Amino acid sequence: MSTPRSILETGFDVEKVREDFPVLKQTIHAKPLVYLDSAATAQKPFVVIDAIRKFHEVDCANIHRGVHELSQRSTAAYEETRGKAKRFLNARSRSEVIFVRGTTEGINLVASSWGRQNVSKGDEIIISAMEHHSNIVPWQMLCEEKDATLRVIPMNDRGELILEEYEKLLGPRTRLVAVGHVSNALGTINPVRTVIDMAHRVGALALIDGAQAAPHMKIDVGLLDADFYTFSGHKVFGPTGIGVLYGKAKLLDAMPPYQGGGDMIRTVTFEKTTYNEVPYKFEAGTPNIAGGIGMGAALDYVTNLGLDRIAAYEHELLVYGTQLLSRIPGLRMIGTAREKAAVLSFVIDGIHPHDIGTVLDRMGIAVRTGHHCAQPVMDWFGIPATTRASLAFYNTTSELDALADGLRKVKEVFG
Amino acid sequence: MVDDLYQETILDHSKRPRNHHEMADANRRADGYNPLCGDRLKLYLKVENDVVKEASFEGAGCAISTASASLMTESLKGKTREEALRLIDKFHTLLTTDTPASKDLGKLVVFCGVRDYPARVKCATLAWHTLKSALNGTGEVATTE
Ligand SMILES: Cc1ncc(COP(=O)(O)O)c(C=O)c1O
Repeated sequence: MSTPRSILETGFDVEKVREDFPVLKQTIHAKPLVYLDSAATAQKPFVVIDAIRKFHEVDCANIHRGVHELSQRSTAAYEETRGKAKRFLNARSRSEVIFVRGTTEGINLVASSWGRQNVSKGDEIIISAMEHHSNIVPWQMLCEEKDATLRVIPMNDRGELILEEYEKLLGPRTRLVAVGHVSNALGTINPVRTVIDMAHRVGALALIDGAQAAPHMKIDVGLLDADFYTFSGHKVFGPTGIGVLYGKAKLLDAMPPYQGGGDMIRTVTFEKTTYNEVPYKFEAGTPNIAGGIGMGAALDYVTNLGLDRIAAYEHELLVYGTQLLSRIPGLRMIGTAREKAAVLSFVIDGIHPHDIGTVLDRMGIAVRTGHHCAQPVMDWFGIPATTRASLAFYNTTSELDALADGLRKVKEVFG
Repeated sequence: MVDDLYQETILDHSKRPRNHHEMADANRRADGYNPLCGDRLKLYLKVENDVVKEASFEGAGCAISTASASLMTESLKGKTREEALRLIDKFHTLLTTDTPASKDLGKLVVFCGVRDYPARVKCATLAWHTLKSALNGTGEVATTE
């Protein structure tokens, strides 16, 4: 099952890259692991594992305000990641980078801090038909609390946003537009630059859920002019429990704190507390220090590989995989956007995704089956669930061959 | 490879489910929902003098949940409410423990392989959760959670 090197035009040395990921070198049910679930969580390279280990073995201490050597080392390492994240997103300043648990917390932070202060009765928030539950529910909760209205940009049957309809939803009451950069269920790459521009034209802000974009493409929040942008460390080859929320400095300055506690304060008396400056105002309590350090190593890793090279290689995988799967009778791709990340979501006539997933698992192939935390997307397509193979730069064409073979086996069992 | 899970009887019942229709004159009904996979099921029973005379179901799910519903409806006919409730427990024991299968399970023993696939236990139990709610007449949507 070894891939001929550079059979793809990009000449990306995938075999060499795979050496960096220890988890990939194992067998599952006596078959080589074929990991096609990176949209759920990406695997971790040695550099990330080593950075976390080194922190625990050598530098472990709580951060901020410590005078001792270890505390200074851990503070420096943790804060270094803030600088890396700033560069990764091309933010203007380190203080625009807030550490959160992940995308979910990033969105909740904005909904709860900015939203409570700026959304009132009769206001409107716009999301899209292809959002992950984490970019739906926080806005629903806010709208319920404030008696505001949630509006949804529809999509076409390829799974692309219909911008003409979006235009009609925008108005003087629109306060915020929250849209995913890349859909986890469909792979659609949304034209977020345009989405943001259109929001700004009516005086609304824009939040971009970058959970599925950060692992696959270069992000420039300045170029996008995003007001908020958030992603999860674990989907960019870093650890779980850590992520980033970017916000424009002037917005963050004006926003109230998110949670109360240590680190987010300047002075505390029982009468009055004054808050720390951004980003610390939003970071109450001891954070995920090891996670932050691990994420820093992950951002370095993908930056060194080159996000443009990654995107080019993954696009070739996507084209290869799409052709391969389209030859399987009865298989229907769900999500066929013209601009697409390397996600292959599909259904097969008469065979339930759970059965597909179980049979593939016995062949060592890990795919995700279900609604992918995007039930409205499933409802729109009139299906309960899909099978999803989501790729990363460590996947190979021969793994896609294995997937296609596996699906033929599935059809034999259930056909 | 997966023959331990997808035994012949299961594949047969998933491809050609028995009692797979609405029942207009049912006197017990219940809906089941598995939030994990979005599968929904409607169960119909005709119970007379405390005995299940007929059972049928509607809804499409995975092979395991469809076969489980199909075989369940077959095995219910002629059972008293008490016997049916006891069967639910025995089926659950079959899926979640290593104890030898009860003889009362009959054909249902084909589901013994499911215990090695923890992610699939809920597929097999959806119909049975729904049965419990139909027998107890709670009228709520039974879920596997
Ligand atoms: C598009 C999208 N948004 C948000 C999330 C939530 O990310 P997390 O669970 O890391 O907070 C995910 C994760 O699946 C996602 O794919």
